[in-house]
Amino acid sequence: MEEKVIICKDLTKRFGEFYAVNKISFEVNKGEIFGFLGANGAGKTTAMRILCGLSHPSSGEATVAGFNVYKQQESIKKNIGYMSQKFSLYENLTVLENIEFFGGVYGVPAAEIKKRTTQLLEQLGLTAEAKKFVGALPLGWKQKLAFSVAIFHRPKIVFLDEPTGGVDPVTRRQFWDMIYAAAAAGITIFVTTHYMDEAEYCNRVTIMVDGKVEALDTPANLKTQFSADNMDQVFYQLARRAQRSGD
Amino acid sequence: MKQFLAFIRKEFFHVFRDKRTLLIMFGLPVVQIVLFGFALTSEVKDITLTIVDHARDVNTRQLIGKIKSSSYFIVSEAPLDDNGIADAFKKGRSRCALIFPANFGSDLQHGGKAQLQIITDGSDPNTAKTVINYISAITTAYQQEVSPAARLPYMIVPETRMLYNEEGNGSLNFIPGVMALVLMIVCTALTSVSVVREKELGTMEILLVSPFQPLMVLIAKAIPYLILSLANFILILVLAVFVLNVGIKGSILLLFLESMLFIITCLSLGLLISNTTNSQQTALLLSMMGMMIPTMIFTGFMFPLENMPLIFRYISNLIPSRWYFLVVKAVMLKGLGFEYVWKETLVLLGMTTAALAVALRNFKTRLS
Repeated sequence: MEEKVIICKDLTKRFGEFYAVNKISFEVNKGEIFGFLGANGAGKTTAMRILCGLSHPSSGEATVAGFNVYKQQESIKKNIGYMSQKFSLYENLTVLENIEFFGGVYGVPAAEIKKRTTQLLEQLGLTAEAKKFVGALPLGWKQKLAFSVAIFHRPKIVFLDEPTGGVDPVTRRQFWDMIYAAAAAGITIFVTTHYMDEAEYCNRVTIMVDGKVEALDTPANLKTQFSADNMDQVFYQLARRAQRSGD
Repeated sequence: MKQFLAFIRKEFFHVFRDKRTLLIMFGLPVVQIVLFGFALTSEVKDITLTIVDHARDVNTRQLIGKIKSSSYFIVSEAPLDDNGIADAFKKGRSRCALIFPANFGSDLQHGGKAQLQIITDGSDPNTAKTVINYISAITTAYQQEVSPAARLPYMIVPETRMLYNEEGNGSLNFIPGVMALVLMIVCTALTSVSVVREKELGTMEILLVSPFQPLMVLIAKAIPYLILSLANFILILVLAVFVLNVGIKGSILLLFLESMLFIITCLSLGLLISNTTNSQQTALLLSMMGMMIPTMIFTGFMFPLENMPLIFRYISNLIPSRWYFLVVKAVMLKGLGFEYVWKETLVLLGMTTAALAVALRNFKTRLS
């Protein structure tokens, strides 16, 4: 039996009469790349905020890395990494300073920060740029660095909120290579995206419509189920049922 | 604790790499001190005075000599022509004229009553009044010289003293005001902008997902500005003492502690502002309009509060810098101890607690 790192059961978030997230249930396995899709306003972000320990659900159950989302938000935060659609490093800090800062915030010991930093810079081929301001790096590099920083403290799960927005196809491909490497190392990847070709890279995909999970399976099975040639068609079939408008 | 230090270190990088922030932080006090100390002096000096002397006797000569020897006037003596005076006023050569009638001396000696005329430029009423005061003071002094007090049945001679500032140093009142103003701007504006900047860049989200407690984020953001503001406070004091010759009469420690309290008040206000807005421009505008202008008007160092209508005096009670201003004046200029400023301290403490409580509560509710 595979280890479950995220378990959601009937998870609901209500704002007044509005159900942003309506009784969603799913499980994510360790080391899995779990795609979380949905049109704008479908409730992706709200669900993700709950799982990251930023917001309390209205009802339902969920555990992340074995911790309860109601009571153990602080423990959850220690065990996850997060990278957002907006660029998430400090532009007026150098590459090195950014790594040191986030390492420090997550409580990685100083000696360990040093060791991992050297390793990381080598892997990324950024050793020469270590003392350059992040603002001076090309966008593709920034995204790769941001991802590396998000998993720097070796979290169990990393949440990626539209990580490849505005990046060219070649860099996106390289970015996904990094994601695969992280997953191979046992880090669970929870990723939202608007690019349907990226959905194909995921082990399993969830599609949310109007706050509910409408589909959950491997990309191959979903294509069969909806008799579609690609994920784009699957997504379109589901998304056009939506009653809500995007935000 | 280690997390905390990492955060503070990062915050200092931000400040020292942002030239604009540094300029506001340390350029502002210097500019303010120089401006208020030298440019915005309320003393009136070097007034161009035209004297028309129709009498040309001993008394007028002596009186003119006295006026000339005072440092306030640049005297020019016009020909015996009243049109010449009007001309001098129109062309701006003169801001004041003094006219002695033909028999000034004999009136004074025989009639016991002589007249002279002072004409001033009323388009600048403050200066005009000051000029009249100067000339009246000189003539009164002269009158006492020529007709000794013994000859008059009654005589009241006011002996005036300006307590705490015997030499009439105009900088004295400005220094506490500038301190309040600069600390207010630096703390409120820079803190609010620095928090909102993180929101704008999206890095706030990253910080909130980290195990770093949200409250700690706010505190860690405020601490570098607290340290920098204290450095700023010392800079202002040094400038005040060595450039403007304003001595510190009271306890420096007390002054330091009171300033720290005021800085915390301002930081809390900055955090409060940062909660209500998501853009740096709005934060800056709110800090400037919401804090700086009321500070300038209602603190009492530019415009006396006593002369304001009652409602404005009530409003002024809500402005933290008004209380800090009173404390600094009492401690720094009058050398008074804590027993004289505890009430003001209590008010500041209350304001800080209120602002901080609201800021932290808002911050929490925004999260869920």
